[in-house]
Amino acid sequence: MIRFTSVSKFYPGKIPGVIDISVEIPDGEFVFLIGPSGSGKTTLLRLLTRDLIASNGSIIVDDWDLHKLTKGTVHLLRRKVGVVFQDFKLLLDRTVYENVAMVLEILGKPPKSIPEGVSNVLELVGLTDKKNVFPMQLSAGEMQRAGIARAIVGGPKILLADEPTGNLDPETAWGIIDILEEINKLGTTVIIASHNADIVNRMKKRTLTIEHGHIVRDEEKGHYHLTKHEKRDHKGGKHDAAH
Amino acid sequence: MPLIREVRTHIRRSPNQALAATLTMFLTFLVGGVFFLASLASVSILGFFEGKPQITVFFTPKAGQVEADSLKKKLEATGKVASTRFVSKDEALSIYRQQNQNDPLLLEMVTADILPASLEVSATDPKYLEQLAPVIQGSDGVDEVVYQRDVVHSLLAWTNAIRLVGGTLALLLALDSLLIIGTVIAMKVALKRDEIEILTLVGASPWTIRAPFIVEGGTYGAMGAALASLILVVVVLWMRPMLYAFLGMIPVLHALLVNATGPVFLLSAGGFFVGTILLGFVLGAVGSWTALIRYLN
Repeated sequence: MIRFTSVSKFYPGKIPGVIDISVEIPDGEFVFLIGPSGSGKTTLLRLLTRDLIASNGSIIVDDWDLHKLTKGTVHLLRRKVGVVFQDFKLLLDRTVYENVAMVLEILGKPPKSIPEGVSNVLELVGLTDKKNVFPMQLSAGEMQRAGIARAIVGGPKILLADEPTGNLDPETAWGIIDILEEINKLGTTVIIASHNADIVNRMKKRTLTIEHGHIVRDEEKGHYHLTKHEKRDHKGGKHDAAH
Repeated sequence: MPLIREVRTHIRRSPNQALAATLTMFLTFLVGGVFFLASLASVSILGFFEGKPQITVFFTPKAGQVEADSLKKKLEATGKVASTRFVSKDEALSIYRQQNQNDPLLLEMVTADILPASLEVSATDPKYLEQLAPVIQGSDGVDEVVYQRDVVHSLLAWTNAIRLVGGTLALLLALDSLLIIGTVIAMKVALKRDEIEILTLVGASPWTIRAPFIVEGGTYGAMGAALASLILVVVVLWMRPMLYAFLGMIPVLHALLVNATGPVFLLSAGGFFVGTILLGFVLGAVGSWTALIRYLN
């Protein structure tokens, strides 16, 4: 379970990241985190991996009070919280297999069990036939699937995805969301920060809307509320398309 | 990725930096090793002379046991003498033969007649040496008096000079090595910044991230030290006959140099080799560690 209690994060110069966030996410939930750019979505995810430390309030992830974690124990939290990035963050000089196997090696799994563990997740994300390929030889969608495989191979309880479909075409994006939903069905809590209104609206999952660092809406089967700015862009896009 | 494989990859991907770091370490250990061995030898020589009688009185060719007994009595009467030992011409020849057993030419030319008899004297306290000097000088048959104190003082000055110069030079080179290894590792950290970030995010422990860099630095140190100590052992082997001729009278060095395939030499060379490599590894690892403290926090 994840529990934020009155959490604020201010960057140097007192620039607010998130302000007075209180929210609870039970185990196994699928949650969308939406809001305009700079609203605080990424800050919230970075607080969850303790990449950032909250300025105020407390964050509890299972039994861990993140404020009390020391530098020497943060890695234990990160082994329970997998992260998928918009820009994939794959090691370009290693194959898909090596990128994924690296996590199991870090976890200290017996060498003999690693090939099977990697094969299982590559099968789940549909990359079995690309395991010996380097990231630069993959399409964007395949790279993201490799990123997901790496994030889940260690069996995390929580999976965070920061704009996982941001660089993908709609069809590929749906493929990624399907995989994340599949992972959620296996019991992993999935939290996705997204700008993709279509996906959020059609998935009908719990949706937290952040604006200016505050959670302004928390809906059980939420949908994407476009901001004025986004509405203008959206209309502009349609207008351009009509021409 | 297992540690050794990771370190091998690090080194293979930047051979020039690896070579620079290893050569610096090599130079440090070569110079340090030369001075270490010289210092060790001078300490052995010093110990040898310190253990010798404090005064050796050489008699004229015609003088012998009678003059020695007379002098012995005079010295014992002062109450300031701890022990005396008479070395006859025959005994002197025997010592000479033992010292030059490998050089038949030197043995052929010397007989007991041309070697002086001597009396070795040790005072109860070195401060009495000055008071005993006039007693000895005024005795019959005395040709030459050698005070070990002068030899020891001279050797001590040399030993201290070797230690000071060698120690300072080795220290400066060690500092230079630390800085070069630190710089090489800092460059590696900068090059691998993205990889380190990813490893951190997927749950690698601080040790998992640091270990390859520390072992890499240690490897440069160990390789440099191994090369330097190997060269020093080869040089000592090459110079062994000359060193033995010059320093063979000193028991410690005699035992070491008398047989290149004997257990003393092999154990000493092996110990020096392994000890130097370990020291090199530690020095390299410390260089890496200091760089990581600065660049990985």
